[in-house]
Amino acid sequence: MSMKVGIKKKLGTFELDFEIHSDCKRIGILGASGCGKSMTLKCIAGIETPDQGKIVVDGHTLYDRGVNIKPQKRKVGYLFQNYALFPNMTVGANIGAGLKGNKEQNRRIVDQMIAKFRLEGLRDRLPGELSGGQQQRVALARIMAYEPEMILLDEPFSALDAFLKDQLQQELMKMLEGYDGTVILVSHSRDEIYRFSEELVIMAAGRVVCHGKTKEIFANPQWKEAARLTGCKNITAAQRVDGHHLEVPAWGIILTLQREIPADIRFVGFRAHDFLPVWKSSAEDPVLWNGTFPKGIIENRIPVKVDSMAELPFERKYFLRSSDGSEEICWFVQRDQWQLLEKKGLPDELEIPEEKLLLLR
Amino acid sequence: MEELMDIVQGLDWSPLFISLKTGVVATILSFFLGIYAARKVIHAEPRVKAVADGILTLPMVLPPTVAGFFLLLLFSRRRPLGTLLYENFGISVVQTWLGCIIAATIIAFPLMYRNARAAFEQVDVNLVYAGRTLGMSEMAIFWKVVVPTAGPGIMSGTILTFARAMGEYGATSMLAGNIPGKTGTISQRIAMVIQDGDYLTAGVWVVIVILIAFLVIFLMSLISGKKMKQVKRW
Repeated sequence: MSMKVGIKKKLGTFELDFEIHSDCKRIGILGASGCGKSMTLKCIAGIETPDQGKIVVDGHTLYDRGVNIKPQKRKVGYLFQNYALFPNMTVGANIGAGLKGNKEQNRRIVDQMIAKFRLEGLRDRLPGELSGGQQQRVALARIMAYEPEMILLDEPFSALDAFLKDQLQQELMKMLEGYDGTVILVSHSRDEIYRFSEELVIMAAGRVVCHGKTKEIFANPQWKEAARLTGCKNITAAQRVDGHHLEVPAWGIILTLQREIPADIRFVGFRAHDFLPVWKSSAEDPVLWNGTFPKGIIENRIPVKVDSMAELPFERKYFLRSSDGSEEICWFVQRDQWQLLEKKGLPDELEIPEEKLLLLR
Repeated sequence: MEELMDIVQGLDWSPLFISLKTGVVATILSFFLGIYAARKVIHAEPRVKAVADGILTLPMVLPPTVAGFFLLLLFSRRRPLGTLLYENFGISVVQTWLGCIIAATIIAFPLMYRNARAAFEQVDVNLVYAGRTLGMSEMAIFWKVVVPTAGPGIMSGTILTFARAMGEYGATSMLAGNIPGKTGTISQRIAMVIQDGDYLTAGVWVVIVILIAFLVIFLMSLISGKKMKQVKRW
């Protein structure tokens, strides 16, 4: 399985300029709404035409100069956000809609799909009479019946409520387990992407920001956009002073790092869960959660005061401000740590462990 | 009362059959032409779309006599097209039943076209895309997905087209004339007997027309009610 896509297309205010090569079978594309990720999928499926470029899947050229294979011939399955089931056809007719064989063969394939996707008893229902989960299964059964070489999932969960979403994500992944073609999932939800994809492409304003192994990108996003889309809440401009010092004006501090700071670093990011609270019981003797303070650490601490707090079922979100800085800092505290906070009061400073700090371009 | 019975018994029923035949044939023609035109216009580029839309809607907005005038201009045997049709194919439009059909179709067509177009524009474009990625031909997508999904709009277009075609008067009287047993439709018969002051006969025809209209609309909504299960009631 291999895929080479390089396309350009003018889109309203910006230009889609997408380029990736991949041999991976589970690819996620993460990007904000309107960044061109759905358009990319539509171009691969052939329902939109790029202005120029090349699309090659498994050695078959789908699009190139002078070549534009019809979507009907591409064998690319597309799961639409609203599933796009034909409202006038029964479940059985929907699943069989794209089949070309004789009646008997088609019937057998539809039977197989109905069994595989647990749709027994729903064969003669219309899509409007089904639940969201059932509709998704029908849509997937319809795609699988057609035996596509590649499946594109266009934000398949964004229309669902949180509980159902979790269930359907699990279900969809199970159903795709046996499928050995390439699957591309497009989403603006980092949880969905993290769960599903081995490789991740991050898009912003029509361009590929970065492309790599999903877990590596989440651990070390490297790019400001990638950090933001993978859920990093605190991202701010930073000025490199020298190889080991970074000035962060919005936090009002200069960070001292043991690792060498690359010359092209322009931002720093820090995940809201990773701050360590510090109480100054005396000026020289700050303490951490467990009451100790490890010796020998370089102290990168932001003096903070709380602006506001939002309490959720399992965590508290504190919005703080550095005494010298201007930008808001988010600090998320898990429920099991609330007690300590209540006992000791709010911390005077937040410690930034170096290994958790993201250096961004 | 006796007078009424005499009229009904002695009634020349030919206008009923001529009107029904004309209405049915014109509706069938408008149905396919209207859907075809709607499909073409939707896919056309914006400027072509505007012009085509104007031309195709014109017969509905113009007085039927103006349409009749143009049709006469086109099909008169003293004109090139009329001559061509008559001399090469033996087809004569003026003062014939064919004229009835052409007049009714031209006048009723825009209703079908506009309703079909509005209905198609409401169809979720993802359904078409889905059909394509599933390998369905454009024809299959159109007739199996788009037309049924646009069902309610197409149905109402068809009903209105039939009603308009059956009741057509102005263009028909100019192009086909009012030849009893040949081109004399109900509308023309009513106008004719009124001119003779025969209000009773006119009244009988009026009742017949109203009955037909009710029957047609009732039947069509019955059929569409069964087929349109996916349309939610509100």
